[in-house]
Amino acid sequence: MQYMTDRKRAAGAGAAHTGTLQHWFMTVSGVALAVMLPVWLYLFGAAIGGTRDQVVAAFANPFTAILTALVLVVSMRHFAKGSAVMVEDYAHGTARKAGLIFVSSLAAVIATTGLYALIRIAL
Amino acid sequence: MAKATGSSKRVERPLSPHLQIYRIQMTSVSSILTRITGHALMAGVILGVWWLLAAAVSEPYFAVANAVMTSWFGKLVMTGSLWAVWYHYLAGLRHVLFDARLGLEIKTAEMLGWVCILGSVGLTVLTIVIV
Repeated sequence: MQYMTDRKRAAGAGAAHTGTLQHWFMTVSGVALAVMLPVWLYLFGAAIGGTRDQVVAAFANPFTAILTALVLVVSMRHFAKGSAVMVEDYAHGTARKAGLIFVSSLAAVIATTGLYALIRIAL
Repeated sequence: MAKATGSSKRVERPLSPHLQIYRIQMTSVSSILTRITGHALMAGVILGVWWLLAAAVSEPYFAVANAVMTSWFGKLVMTGSLWAVWYHYLAGLRHVLFDARLGLEIKTAEMLGWVCILGSVGLTVLTIVIV
């Protein structure tokens, strides 16, 4: 008769450290983006091709500004976490560390630059 | 599942076949495309954020960024990004279905792959028509 629990048998048998948290984060941010993107794509697409005054006026609109900020922050976290999994799949050792730092930093730089532009336009 | 033997000898485990050995299938192609589109989208994001930054900074700077954005190159990047975002969108929704234990039968999963590919093309055309 086996007295060991399923959990005890599974412990140490494979990688199950933070994968569930990662997966759940991708689900939450992905669903959030799924809700926001159809509207945001329309607003962004409509702004392309305008004069600078028209573009500034479009992103100075509170709804557009807040939605764009949300899309930027959520999508860049979604990218950083998703891209980190790809780095972990293909790179090892120092290359993995450098890759993880790079994708995380790239996402942060893009999100911050976009937020700076938005604040300058909207405020 | 591996049993703990208690001995220090390493068990010879079978290696997982490499990606190149597998026959190309709809399920694998649609999965790989999700990763490719997710990363390729960064081209559109970088161009879009740069364009927005230029609009925020000055008229001459915007003239440069807007010229790139409305050039054939900018249109290529933006149209490509539009398809990539719709593909990634549908493929992501498919994962939500999979997580709810729906659509995991091989026939359904393969059909959903086609839904992602054809649906993303359809949504891209629809977006271009509307916007």
